[in-house]
Amino acid sequence: MTAVTAPLRPPIWRRLVGFNLLTGIVLGIGGWYVGWFGAHAVVGPSLDYFGDVDYNELSVFMAYIGGVVGFLIGLGFLNYPARRLLGYPPSLREKETGGWARYFGLCTDHKVVGIQYLWGIGLFFFIGGLNAMLIRFELLRPTHQVFSGGTYLTLVGMHGTMMMGMMSSGILGPFANYLVPIMIGARRMAFPRVEALTFWLLMAAGAILTTTIFFGGFPTGWTGYEPLNVQAAAGMDCYILFFALAGISMTLLGLNMIATIVTMRAPGLTWMRLPIFVWGVLSTASLMVLAAPVLIAVLSMSALDRAAQTTFFSASGGGSNYLYENLFWVFGHPEVYILALPGFAIVLELLPVFARKPLWGYRLAVAGLLGVTLLSWMVWQHHLFVSGINGDLRPFYMLSTELISIPTGFTFICGLMTLWRGQIRFTVPMLFCLAWFFNFLLGGLSGVFLSDVPSDVTTHGSFFSMAHFHYTIMGGLVFTFFAAIYYWVPKMTGWQLNETLGKIHFWTMFVFFNSTFAPLFAIGFLNQPRRVNVYAHTLQFLNDWVSVSAFCLGTSMLIFLFNLVWSLAFVKKPALANPWASRSIEFQLPSPVPVHNFDRIPVFSSDPYGYGEGPVPQWVPAGAPAGRD
Amino acid sequence: MASQPTAATPPRDSVNHGLRFVVAWLVLSVIATPLVVIFVGPILPPGNMTTQAHEQIYDNTWLAAVSTPVLCLVVVFLVYAFVYFRAPKGGALVDGPPLREHAGIQVVWIVITSVTVLMLAAFGTYQLLQNGSGGGQGPSPVAVPAGASHNLAVQVIGQQWEWTFRYPSFGGVETHELVLPQHTSVTLHVTSLDVVHSFWAYQLGVKADANPGTDNVAYVQTRGPGTFQIRCAELCGLFHGYMFSTGRVVSATQFQSWAKTQEAIYKTIAKYVPPYAKTYICPAAGTSPTCSPQPTLRGG
Amino acid sequence: MQVGVKLLLVAAAVAVAGVLIGFYANKLTHDANSAAYTVPVRIVNGQRVVDLKIQTVAAAGPTVSHNPDWVSYLVQTSNGVWKRLTVWDLPANATIHVTDYNFDGASGTRNPFLGRFTGTDGNRALVNGKPVDHIDPSLASHIFAVPQLGINIAFLGVPDNAKNQCGYAPCPLKTAHETIKFTFHTTTPGHYRWQCFVPCAAGWISGWGGPMQTIGYMDGFLNVKA
Repeated sequence: MTAVTAPLRPPIWRRLVGFNLLTGIVLGIGGWYVGWFGAHAVVGPSLDYFGDVDYNELSVFMAYIGGVVGFLIGLGFLNYPARRLLGYPPSLREKETGGWARYFGLCTDHKVVGIQYLWGIGLFFFIGGLNAMLIRFELLRPTHQVFSGGTYLTLVGMHGTMMMGMMSSGILGPFANYLVPIMIGARRMAFPRVEALTFWLLMAAGAILTTTIFFGGFPTGWTGYEPLNVQAAAGMDCYILFFALAGISMTLLGLNMIATIVTMRAPGLTWMRLPIFVWGVLSTASLMVLAAPVLIAVLSMSALDRAAQTTFFSASGGGSNYLYENLFWVFGHPEVYILALPGFAIVLELLPVFARKPLWGYRLAVAGLLGVTLLSWMVWQHHLFVSGINGDLRPFYMLSTELISIPTGFTFICGLMTLWRGQIRFTVPMLFCLAWFFNFLLGGLSGVFLSDVPSDVTTHGSFFSMAHFHYTIMGGLVFTFFAAIYYWVPKMTGWQLNETLGKIHFWTMFVFFNSTFAPLFAIGFLNQPRRVNVYAHTLQFLNDWVSVSAFCLGTSMLIFLFNLVWSLAFVKKPALANPWASRSIEFQLPSPVPVHNFDRIPVFSSDPYGYGEGPVPQWVPAGAPAGRD
Repeated sequence: MASQPTAATPPRDSVNHGLRFVVAWLVLSVIATPLVVIFVGPILPPGNMTTQAHEQIYDNTWLAAVSTPVLCLVVVFLVYAFVYFRAPKGGALVDGPPLREHAGIQVVWIVITSVTVLMLAAFGTYQLLQNGSGGGQGPSPVAVPAGASHNLAVQVIGQQWEWTFRYPSFGGVETHELVLPQHTSVTLHVTSLDVVHSFWAYQLGVKADANPGTDNVAYVQTRGPGTFQIRCAELCGLFHGYMFSTGRVVSATQFQSWAKTQEAIYKTIAKYVPPYAKTYICPAAGTSPTCSPQPTLRGG
Repeated sequence: MQVGVKLLLVAAAVAVAGVLIGFYANKLTHDANSAAYTVPVRIVNGQRVVDLKIQTVAAAGPTVSHNPDWVSYLVQTSNGVWKRLTVWDLPANATIHVTDYNFDGASGTRNPFLGRFTGTDGNRALVNGKPVDHIDPSLASHIFAVPQLGINIAFLGVPDNAKNQCGYAPCPLKTAHETIKFTFHTTTPGHYRWQCFVPCAAGWISGWGGPMQTIGYMDGFLNVKA
């Protein structure tokens, strides 16, 4: 290590110039206009060929693609390939050091990317939540209230699409990026630049979806069913681009995770010693890699239907809307488990720490995760039970859907038996994990009603199914997302979160989550279809109850936000290296984790769950800050 | 760094926690399950207006009955664990016993969940194949009730944003209202003129997607008279939420007189309406002689 | 950083977020197309009577719309001005006389049955003075339908070869048009949607985009008030 003399800080304007977020935005806007006018210049003269359209879909697509390309160039994603082309030696050093600026640009430190993801996804999570508040506001009265029908549908679509597209990476983005290299004893991800790319692609996608309201919104909800899709205004293109970009981001994220976990495990870290969280990440990543490309393909066809008048999905042009439905759900059902599996993994990872017992039935838990991964490919037609598709396979899909209960049950028994005769500490992360059991159980049991064809006839497409997937995704994923935040953010930032506020956040969230979504089962059973802004007057009391609960749930999120800002910006109480007395390797390192994680690569001799089995083995070489050699 | 907890394993409890938990769970399940069947079952949807709806109630009750012990299992387990396995407040950090796994419990769990799941799937399949359970089955249904070829056929046509209905056995009369005679077996042919809709006749226990160019068949046997709600259950654009109407199940004589009135209204427009066909939009251009003229891809 | 600076930064962030949220919500709620027009009521023999004069045009034109080539309904306000408003406040238990001047050509219905008139007095309408109970659905230009009230009236299209066709709204009566008159009755108060059933959105796939799915053009509401 060379002696570091305090460098002269250049003036602020000089620090703003360079490849960073600001340049990215400027070039992104520039690229947007290049695409817009470029497409007009090229296609404009031939517009008559496509017919007299109100606007040129092609220019919308080209504008946004130009915008994304400009954005990525501005962030500096072309620098490295360009330098290699020019013959410079390879380097891994982009922004590996250097203060706050690292967070606003291309950074190849997996810990920085993790924190970027946390804030970026958090931002869009709150925008999606705001949409939900507006939806519930409209539903306070049984007839049209504030938003015209089209705007209401746009809100519904934005909420659904934002949550599905963003929260797919909700655990893998922030936590797997940050933790997986540490947990497997590596210093970085396999493809650090790809890792950064996944984040910035997702942010570009989110920005595109948010601008849909300037192009007339989109009426299709998050499923984007054809042929309604081709009728829609240019806002639909924002949906297509958002989901396709999010799909690319997911695919790359998944590939990176798989490559890292398979190839970069430290010596001694056999498959049966991997932290269960890493197994969950591996399962999720494999789903991402295989499912998201289907989404990209189906949306490309959809884009062609819209921009070039192909008719892949229009019956009147020889296509079929079933093609869209099948392809979408081939992606869509694994997608649901992309959301659910990281939740399983976090619950199983945290329970041993707070029950002070080894993870019970480790092999069964892994089998459960892998079983869900495999089975999730075989169930998609349960979304199409009453669609009029050939019905011969319905008994098969009914069976395969219900079979998923078995590997899911493995997660339950392993989690519950880990609690058995433990020394349970009700810390904030533990509370969120325990709530998962209750929420996901209700989500799973209501799923049985949807998997059984005769009861699906009533529940399909109703508020019942809406309540079901909110119990599994919000109750399953979002609760564990918060568990992960309370558990790992002190490690990631080096500052503690306020525990009292955390407990208030948990209890308000748990109570109002259930108070919001449990009545929706009844509302669905009582004949209210999804995505309507008009409903029976007799259902007004229940709907109002749900709306008021939803506002309280929103307030609970504000408590969390306050806790985050208060603890991280004002109180700044330094976190201990191991505040939870965990045996996991990341807690044997200082908080926050030093840049290169380990001075020397650790050698593993056991899994991290040996509670009650003696002291933590000293397989971790001193976790002192690594040198900058 | 927090001090490592003592590795001391607490002495084995004198009470048999496992037995106590199993007894508590069984007692609660034995009490709760009949209560659910007796009190919750009857209020489950969707009503008794048709055989299919009635069987869906039966199905829903069955599933609720199976779910109850599962719910009890997890809730009782959690409550028991919270009460007996909570770490003492303020005490030193103590580790629990290092129980890694137990083959017996794993096997029992896997067997029980597998048997339950297979039973559920067998039950659902049996229910489905009896009469289709009121769900849309596509153009070539597999679960056909006996004697379905003599059913009253009704075509349900979805378009943005209204349902209309055709009765081929009444000269193809088309109406804005769905009226069915009581105690009659009905075959519903659900189709769409534009985008995907879903025909949800709640009290009839029917849900079938309306797809352009597809004849989606659902069977239903009506019982006594009454009114039922029809809604669209698949997002279809601006007025999706307004795509609802009220249908009626009436006596045979009332149905005949209603049909006569509708035929009178229909008479003047009849010559413009294409002859009854299973779909309004051809699956592919010109493949079926019964298809009505193609709507233009681009309007206007 | 000092606490004061941090507070300022947080306050600024909250303010910026508030402005963005306000902007966003305003963009979503501010819908000029949803403005309501209260139709004046006359009392005839103790009965409430409403005269509603509307026109249907092929292009809304630049004076009343940001989408000048969108097909549209317009309503004549009491001072004779044509406005592109499709949310109408009507009295309950009243007789509504509707006069439509249709300036648009025919595009034909998707479902020919909708050429049959229903829901009005005698299930009929006066088409250019002649009482009829249906028109040839392929000659339909637009439809005024209130499904919840059973109302369905198709408007005869202006022949393609007619002279002196109107370019865009508001269309004067001296240009080629068809006149359709009908009467219906409101009963209980409520919020009823009305819409057109002819896929008449030129330039949109299947003729069902843009104006067909936007309040203020081919869709609207009847606010029937006590």
